[in-house]
Amino acid sequence: MALYILKRILLFIPTLLGITLITFILMQSLPGDAALGMAGERANPETIARIRAEFGADRPLPIQYFGYLKLLAAGELGRSYYTNRNVSEDLLQKFPNTVKLALAAMICASVFGIGLGVLAASKRGTNWDRLITLLSVGGISVPVFWLGLALMLLFAFYLRWLPPSGMGNGSPLYLILPAATLGTFSLSYIVRMTRSTMLETLSQPYIAAARAKGLSEGEVVFKHALKNSLIPVVTLIGLDLGSYLNGAVLTETIFGWDGLGRYALDGILKRDYPVIMGVVLFGAMIFVIMNLLVDISYHFLDPRVRVKEKQ
Amino acid sequence: MVKAISLKDLTENTPALIAAIMLTLLLFTAVIGPFLTTYDPGAIDLDSLKQAPGRAHLFGTDSKGRDILSRVVCGSRISLSVGIIASALSLSIGVFFGLIAGYFGGKVDAFCSQVFDIFLAFPSLLLAIGISAVMSAGLASAMLAITLVGWAGFARLVRGITLSLKEQTYVEAARSLGATPAWILYKHILPNALPLILVAGSLRVGGFILLEASLSFLGLGVQPPTPTWGSMISLNRAYINSAPWMVIFPGLAISITVISFNILGDFLRDKLDPRMRV
Repeated sequence: MALYILKRILLFIPTLLGITLITFILMQSLPGDAALGMAGERANPETIARIRAEFGADRPLPIQYFGYLKLLAAGELGRSYYTNRNVSEDLLQKFPNTVKLALAAMICASVFGIGLGVLAASKRGTNWDRLITLLSVGGISVPVFWLGLALMLLFAFYLRWLPPSGMGNGSPLYLILPAATLGTFSLSYIVRMTRSTMLETLSQPYIAAARAKGLSEGEVVFKHALKNSLIPVVTLIGLDLGSYLNGAVLTETIFGWDGLGRYALDGILKRDYPVIMGVVLFGAMIFVIMNLLVDISYHFLDPRVRVKEKQ
Repeated sequence: MVKAISLKDLTENTPALIAAIMLTLLLFTAVIGPFLTTYDPGAIDLDSLKQAPGRAHLFGTDSKGRDILSRVVCGSRISLSVGIIASALSLSIGVFFGLIAGYFGGKVDAFCSQVFDIFLAFPSLLLAIGISAVMSAGLASAMLAITLVGWAGFARLVRGITLSLKEQTYVEAARSLGATPAWILYKHILPNALPLILVAGSLRVGGFILLEASLSFLGLGVQPPTPTWGSMISLNRAYINSAPWMVIFPGLAISITVISFNILGDFLRDKLDPRMRV
């Protein structure tokens, strides 16, 4: 067990290095040098000189890369060109808001996604099934930013049920529209996956046996079929976390949610490179760490994974 | 061998048929549409600012009096060309490295797979933002960003297919006759992997169009005054309450295009992917 986790973590190191290498190459392709890119042209000369010295801007690229890694290890992501604030501090400050939004979206997506998927599978071939299938194709095809605006138009401006944007000092009403917007993409994948694994499970002999035993359809579906269909669905939910980080950039922009995404957009609009690269690097790190955790948690959850490894 | 898809297969599947018709219409719109519209998509008309959809302007006008229909038609060129070209480019790069990694195995495979994993470790939009932000924004940088984001997924898929195909007896036969790896990959493995590659490609075009729209929305795609669907939504979103048509029509255009590609992709997968037939 410990050996497995250690192995996974060792495998994770080259990926992390690769991510930093890509962001380093992106920084290098900025006008000027990477140190200037990190500090900003308006930074005072001492800051630029310090970062340049850490980087070793006049030394060969591989050495500069090690300098960059050293800076990252110290938690240094550079400073915003405009506010002169530390990017890593800003990121840590905005991150909880994005997590809150993403968690709300994930809960919505999982609950409704699994529910609709089960409904579609148990009513296979009916109009319910067709409608849910069509909606799930729609959900992965509609641009997030447009869906957000459409929901805002309907629920905030026409019906006046919900506030259009902002964070409202933590009131849950403000969370509903952004969470629904951010969750729709994932929800649609969860519906598709639940439907297809449920259909597969429902055709198994043990389900026929349960039915023959005289169990009600509800008991067959929820007690016997659903439990066994959930493993691939849970995998999907775990591995889909990256889509929340993608969607957050767009959703937070639309709803004025003060998280990582809006921070990134501000950076993009002002061409504030330390901010942009900071979000890209931070987002990728979060994404791989989440994937690592999902992977390790399987080891505990699914006995089949353990058996496979032993073989 | 995989059997070809006939027109009958398509007519038997209503959603796929509608999607195919929609895409054909869209393609026509993109190619000849700009010659048919009555208004210049860039022409500012101060006498007809923010007009609701009506006879003169079917989709209404925007805050500068520009005709939305003409702009949506003009935007279709960019969305479709970026989606299709980026898919073709990332597919080609992905196929090339996927074949090499899968066929040669060993250290080559370990190295290639590690590179694929690194690219796949980035959330796609964030990587696209990073790439297009360091270049001057425009058509080429958007295409490059989407290609660099997309190729690794294809590479991993093709690697997997190649791993299973290279164990086939016909590959062994070719090898024992002295065929070079390049010949085997080109003549034996690629043709057999092609249906699955095409399915994967068709399933991704929609996603790439969405990615282009997102980059345009964030101001990192093709720059104004050239209209793109994403930038039209971004520039007009302040008017969502007072003049919703400015945002609704470009969004519908993106949604219908992507839905059509996704439905057609699903149809091709059901027909061409043998694993689906089991």
